[in-house]
This record gives sequence, C-alpha cells and structure tokens, in this order.
Amino acid sequence: MTAAVELKAITKKFGDVVAVDNVDLAIEDGEFFAMLGPSGCGKTTTLRMIAGLEFPTQGSLSIFGEEVGTLAPNKRSVNTVFQNYALFPHLTVLENVGFGLKMQGVDKSETRSRSMEMIELVQLEGLEDRKPSQMSGGQQQRVALARALVNQPKVLLLDEPLGALDQKLRQEMQLELKKLQRDVGISFVFVTHDQEEALTMSDRIAVMHEGKLLQVATPEEIYETPANRFVADFIGRTNLLEGTVSDSETVILTNGTPIRAHSNFAAGTRVSISIRPERAKISQQNEDGNPLSSVNGTVETITYLGNARVYGVKFTWMSLEVREENRPGIELYEPGTPITVSWDHDAISVVAD
Amino acid sequence: MTVISEPSSESAEATPQFEKAAQRKESRRGFFLALPSYLYLIIFFVIPLAIVLVYSFATRNRFGGTDLSGWNFASYERIAEPIVRTILFRSLWLAFLTTIICLLIAYPFAYFLATRRPAIRNVMLVFVMIPFWTNFLVRNFAWRVILGNDGPLTKTTEFLGLGTHELLFSQKAVVLGLVYGYLPFMILPLYAAIERIDGQLIEASRDLYGSGWQSFRNVLLPLSMPGVIAGSILVFIPSLGAYVTPEILGGAKTTLLGSYIVTQFLTARNWPFGAALSFVLMAVMLVGTVIYFRKGGRTL
Repeated sequence: MTAAVELKAITKKFGDVVAVDNVDLAIEDGEFFAMLGPSGCGKTTTLRMIAGLEFPTQGSLSIFGEEVGTLAPNKRSVNTVFQNYALFPHLTVLENVGFGLKMQGVDKSETRSRSMEMIELVQLEGLEDRKPSQMSGGQQQRVALARALVNQPKVLLLDEPLGALDQKLRQEMQLELKKLQRDVGISFVFVTHDQEEALTMSDRIAVMHEGKLLQVATPEEIYETPANRFVADFIGRTNLLEGTVSDSETVILTNGTPIRAHSNFAAGTRVSISIRPERAKISQQNEDGNPLSSVNGTVETITYLGNARVYGVKFTWMSLEVREENRPGIELYEPGTPITVSWDHDAISVVAD
Repeated sequence: MTVISEPSSESAEATPQFEKAAQRKESRRGFFLALPSYLYLIIFFVIPLAIVLVYSFATRNRFGGTDLSGWNFASYERIAEPIVRTILFRSLWLAFLTTIICLLIAYPFAYFLATRRPAIRNVMLVFVMIPFWTNFLVRNFAWRVILGNDGPLTKTTEFLGLGTHELLFSQKAVVLGLVYGYLPFMILPLYAAIERIDGQLIEASRDLYGSGWQSFRNVLLPLSMPGVIAGSILVFIPSLGAYVTPEILGGAKTTLLGSYIVTQFLTARNWPFGAALSFVLMAVMLVGTVIYFRKGGRTL
C-alpha cells in the first residue's frame, strides 16, 4: 500500500538555517497523524512542504505515490486549515467554503449545494451569509474546516488548528475533529506544540526537535518508551535521573545509587531514568522497601490540583515530583515529613541523553 | 475580531444622567480641539469658495471688470461650447490615462514593497519620497530638459539610430509628467492597503486551488480595493486640475482645464466664466470623492 504522504530524506534550509533536517516519514491513509514539538522545531515547515507552500531544499516528497516536490499548492490534492484560519474577510461563510470549488471551475449550483452540505456537516447552517468577522473563534474554525474538506482532499493538513481556542472549546473540538476524521476517512496531519492534544487525538505522533525527527510512534509507545531524553521530557511530565548503565538491569545514578532498570544500552553509556510522577508511590518512610527501586527523602512542597496532589520531594542530591490522585482515604503528607518514594521496576524507562 | 452585537446590559443599567453629562463633556472637548481647523477651513476655504460661486453667476462687463448685478447662468451655458467641451474631455481623458498608468506601475511596486523585510521597506519608501524634497516646478523643468530637442532622450534615440522623437510639447509629455509627479500618491495608499493584508490569505487561496492570477483577482485585489480607490482619487483629481505640468511640458497645443481657467482669469479677464469652470471642475472632483468614501466605507 502506498503511503498517503511520504517524505524521503527531506531537508529544508532557509539561508543557512536548517529548518528540517533529513526527515524520513510515511503517513498512512486514514491516519490521524500529529507532528509535535516546541516552536521552531520544523513541524510547521514540514506541513507547509506537504501543502506546497514551501519547497524542500533536498529530498523527495510524494502524495499517494505521486512526486510533488516543487508542485504548486493549487496543483496538489491536499488542503490546509491554517493556524488563524485565514478566512477571506471580504467573503461570506458560503463564499469562503465555496472558494476552492469556484477556483476549480465547478459550476455555480453544484458549488452552492456542496458548500451548503459542508456547512451543515460542521453545524453552521443559518450562518452562511455571515462574514467571518461576525463569528466566534470556534465558528471560524468550523468554517476553515468546511472550506478545506469541501474539496474532498486526499489529505487534510491542520496547522495548530485549536491554538486560538479557549481550553473548554478546545477539548470539545478535539473530540469533534477526531469524529470528523473518522467520518471522512482521509488522513489528517496535524501540527501542534501541545503534547496533551497530540496524545488525545492521534493514531501516531511524530516528535520533532531542532529540525530532526526524534520518534514516530503511537501515543502509548511515545509515552511509555520514549526514544530519548528530549521525548521523555517533552511528552507529559517526568522526573529524569541521570546515571550510567552498569549492566542490562542496573543503572548507577550520578551519586552512586544503583537502580534496577532494564535497558539495552552498553555498559558505561550515559543515560537518564525517566520516572513519571504518577508512576511513583509515596509512603511513610520505612526501611523494608526494595533499595533498588525506592529512595528516601522529605516532602518539600505540595501542589493541590483538585483531582490530584503533586508532591515535590527533596533528596540530599536531587528532587522528584510525585503525583497522587485525590482518592478518598488517602494519606496526606505535610511538608517536612520524611517519606519513601518507590516504583515498580518496569514502570520506569531508560532513555539516551 | 469578533463582533457580538449584544446590547451591553451594564451600560443600560448605568445611571443615565451621569453618562449623558460625560458624553456632553466629551463632545464639547472634541469641538474645542477641532476649532482651529474649523476656523482655518472657513476663512481659507468656505469663504473664497462662496466668492467664486457668486462670481460664477455674475456678468463680465466690457472693460474686463465684473458686474455683480443681474445674476445669470450664461457662464455655465458656455461650458457646452465645443472648444470648452474639447478641453474638458481632453483633461478628463488625460487624467484618466494618468491614473491608469500610475495604477499599473504602482500596484506591482507596492506589492513588492509590502512583501519585503521592514528594513528594506523603509529604505524604499524613502526613495519614493525623495522627489518631494525638490520643488515640483523645478522637477518639471528637469523633464523639459530631458525631453527637449537637444536633451538626453533625443540624443540617445539618435545615437541608437531610432531617429528623433519630439516628445516635448505633446500630450504624451504631459501624461509622462503627470505620472511622474503623482506616482507616489498612488504608491503610498496602495502600499498601506496591501501591507495590511494577511499574507496567509494568499496562501489559503493558493492552497484552495487558486492560480496566481485567480488569487490576485479574488483575494488580493478586492482586499486592496480601498487603496486602489484612494490612490486613484489622489492621482485623478490633481491631474484633472493640473496647471504646472501641462504648462511646462504640454506647450500651446494641448490646453488643459487648469490652464484654460487661468487664462480666463488673467488673460481673457472673464472672471465669471473662470469661476463657473472652477465650479464644474470641483463638482467632478466632489463626485469622485463621494464615491471614494462610500466605497471605502463599505469595504473597510
């Protein structure tokens, strides 16, 4: 099966700045695919190259097997939902949605009926004669979606589509986008810097950093077995303990403490152990814990989150975050309390620096 | 931006008498701030205009003076005379031509300017303004030298074996001079209008299967229309009433409205007719301006 979008050794330079560095990537048809990374990591440039708004400096880019490297954007069967929607301010909702069909020379009555169908699909019926400036952010977002999808693209590209919405609307739209993608059946390629959004919505995630592709995997894999320290740190919250591999089951932390941790790195490799705050357990200090998967310290700070508490735990040589769900009957620890932080040895991961 | 037309319940419940007093104070302050401008306009614009209007209904007496008694429309009726009509249409045509040529030159340039980096933009804007640092009259005389019989233009064409071209004292020379003189007035509003357009809209149009031309036609042009209209009016109106450029570059063969009006006042000593012509010219300009503001109000 040919991939919906395939990038082979794609590099994009702006002058001397390498925005995208030798990226290989295949996005399958029907996939909800997220490109995740901090701003300036090259994810938007990658998306723009797929759209045809930038051309790669090197490499090959194909859409359903057809090489499109330097093909103009109007010659590609992909459409984009822009970051701030980029709705045409001088056109009504109906005209905005019908724009792509009009440009393709579809006749007027068909343009109208297909646009109206799309407007209904995104639940904006009755607002088709409004101008974009008369609509809320969420409504504008729907117009942008309708305007792209009405053209029946083979791939839909979305550039931080939820960035401009407030938290609650954003969560609603996340579910709606996901549902829309399932209904339409084409692949959605989705750029975001919000790791939570990427985890919630995507079938697969590509994590980028400084123009390089660090890991492409399902949300579970990315969260459970991050490819390196950056991915571990960027996806969700985590505690990173630096150390050196001693054998396949042991890592010696920088202060000399041995920790039981499985890895495939050669002995002597500098690594970090990633312990997710919610995977660690906090309990009254006791000496009968397994010394290879627990450490003793004192509570330093407590952050109350409503549904959970995050303890900042101080050790002589470092500090850790431990998250505890706010269940009834749990024991609370005041700052200054000596406690033990422990974890299951398979609940942690070893990542390369 | 989101416009929600929802009556603000807060202001409706606010105590009305305080609000009214505040509003009154606000409008009074506005009036005082505008007062100097009002006075200036009344003394130097409204009153002279009224005098011109009165004169346009008067009669020229035998000695070149003006009789203010016995008001009539005779001066306005003279505008229908073939010679006056010819001059009026010639002026309109040349002003129109000037506007179109300015638009064709200025639009690509303004677009180029608006899509450069800010540092480059500012330098180029200064280049656009540099001609203003020299007197308009002097610049027109410079063109006279360039276009003249022994000027660099003729010399060049002769050298290239293209023969002599007598551009000076022709309508072409007038249009050239007017385009040269008023081009900045076209560039600046166009630049301002294009610069405000979000570049992503063009990308969106391209992404939605619009070719370069379609994107220009359906997105860039309609969105920059306020600039097109503003620039056209800023070029058309002074071109229509131009006096200096046609005098210097046009010679005797191409009398335009501006020169003709001056002739009526100074040479023919027919003040009423000159006044009537001025008024007709102003009416044409006024119509243009009104169109601009109505159009502008709709699209802005």
